[in-house]
Amino acid sequence: MNALIEMQDIVREYVIGGDRMRALNGVSMDIFHGEFVAIMGPSGSGKSTTMNLIGCLDKATSGTYQLDGHDVSRLSDDELAEFRNVKIGFVFQNFNLLPRATALENVELPLLYAGISRKERRQRAEHALERVGLGNRMANRPNELSGGQQQRVSIARAVVNGPALILADEPTGALDSHTTDEILQLFEELNAQGNTIVIVTHEPDVGRRAKRVIRFKDGQIEADDGRRSAGRPVMSMSGPGDGVARGEEQDRCP
Amino acid sequence: MPIGDTIRVALRSIAANKLRSVLTMLGIIIGVASVIALSAVGQAATIGVTNQIEALGTNLLTINSSSAQVGGVRFGPGSQPTLLYTDVQQIAANDPDVAAVSALVQSNGQVVYGPNNNSATVQGTSADYAQIKNLSLAQGRYFSTPETVQGANVVVLGSAIAQTLFAGTTVNPIGATIEVKQMPFTVIGVLAAQNSTGFQNPNDYIEIPATTAMNLFTGSPYVNSILVSAKSPAVMNQAEQEITSTLRFLHHLGPTQASDFQIFNQATTLTALSSITQLLTEVLSGVAAISLLVGGIGIMNIMLVSVTERTREIGIRKAIGAKRGVIMAQFLVESLALSLAGAFIGLVIGAGGSALAGFLTHVGNLVSITAVLLSVGFSSVVGIVFGVYPARKAANLNTIDALRYE
Repeated sequence: MNALIEMQDIVREYVIGGDRMRALNGVSMDIFHGEFVAIMGPSGSGKSTTMNLIGCLDKATSGTYQLDGHDVSRLSDDELAEFRNVKIGFVFQNFNLLPRATALENVELPLLYAGISRKERRQRAEHALERVGLGNRMANRPNELSGGQQQRVSIARAVVNGPALILADEPTGALDSHTTDEILQLFEELNAQGNTIVIVTHEPDVGRRAKRVIRFKDGQIEADDGRRSAGRPVMSMSGPGDGVARGEEQDRCP
Repeated sequence: MPIGDTIRVALRSIAANKLRSVLTMLGIIIGVASVIALSAVGQAATIGVTNQIEALGTNLLTINSSSAQVGGVRFGPGSQPTLLYTDVQQIAANDPDVAAVSALVQSNGQVVYGPNNNSATVQGTSADYAQIKNLSLAQGRYFSTPETVQGANVVVLGSAIAQTLFAGTTVNPIGATIEVKQMPFTVIGVLAAQNSTGFQNPNDYIEIPATTAMNLFTGSPYVNSILVSAKSPAVMNQAEQEITSTLRFLHHLGPTQASDFQIFNQATTLTALSSITQLLTEVLSGVAAISLLVGGIGIMNIMLVSVTERTREIGIRKAIGAKRGVIMAQFLVESLALSLAGAFIGLVIGAGGSALAGFLTHVGNLVSITAVLLSVGFSSVVGIVFGVYPARKAANLNTIDALRYE
């Protein structure tokens, strides 16, 4: 069983005003199915760049990155879009919901781009909203929902297409501590159901709830407790655990 | 992504900004409405002018005497009579492309019946005159060729004159004897009412044989003009040439001498006038097309603003899996929908304007299918052409930057 995320010697350089700036300098890591990982580090450490690369929103300058066995660097922009649609569910700090669309329509969006029929879109979106506890708020627009509720909508949107990875960028950054706790609980539940979750955060409280923390500093991995504690195979969910995760994943996609 | 969903997404974002969408469409609305309405107005003008000219007669050639020149002063056409009554007969006998010929001898005089009297234009004509001028009779008949040859005292009354003369009586005008310039005439026909063709009212005319008019009233062998109907519109120029050579021969004019008559060709006038009205239509349509273009630029402007304003939305859509083509299609459909909706509203307004123009000018419904297809087609092209740049801009946005856009 291969890792879900395999990064090897990833370098990402930006050219700003003629100067080359190295945001990531030789990053290698593996993340396996069913993990709950927090990527942490101060601003400028390269964690956002890593998140963009993992999310297939950006391409590395050098190095290889495989997501679910696919070499991302070889995909065109349109193929990347399709890949994101199928493989990744995004959760953003500022929710990034479409302001004029209802909760239900927001959750339907990934299914719309996946070319799924209207009826099935609706069923699956309703199911996803029920899972995050918003079964009674489907017709509300984002501005009629609280921050926590909006983040739940965005989580429903992230899981609706049954992605291999849920990628969250500071998902609690705009929430109070009580709501933060609720949202983290939701992530824990999703993880318990077999979803792989990667959260980029600078909040130590969030990091503490994750099962593995990867710390970045100056464009490199400073510490990785998953790697340190027990080596790769421990987190790979191999054997029966893997089977459970797969089974549940299928349940999620009717 | 299915096209139905693309259209739904586009329409939704148009509906979300109703006022702005209507203002954006306004350019196209005005453009389409004016193309349709102005082409209808141009059409009405063309039909109106053509009708007026054709009311003057069928394939009509009018021959007048040339202007007189006395001591260097040139007078108007007909000031020096040169056309003889015999010219009329010669044209009828010799020129193959001539269908009908009539002399025209005009004078004015009082007509009297019993206690009623009225001033009338007395026209001396040939029997063919009714055919040349498309005159129809309300009662009785027009005079015949033998009556013209004999110089019979018969008269055909214009409708207004007939009404005035026989007002207050129950007498049937046909067979009644009236006085024209104190000479007795028998009424043999009454003309149907005609539309005015200019500054004179033809219903105030009375028609008598040209020979009678010359014998009794003008006392001269000359006629004022000769009216000719050519056999068909195609041979009008040929007929004009035949008449020219016949008259030049009869008037003994050498090759170097100028003609002592003028021929007014209805076809030439029609062509000139219709080219003027066509030019008018084209100019109006051109102005309207420019307003369509301006409308298109308005759409592009708003679409560009809309792309900037919705940068974040575009970022979200792309992150979630929208391909370039899908984003592009969404914005293209949006600008196309804006321009088509504008075109439709413009169409309704323009058609209303045209119907009004048709009603006011009594020429019927003038909404031209060509103008409708042209303006709607043009505005969809405008919608696509001016939508491409904003749509490309949206599709090419960098996803990461777009997601962070505030």
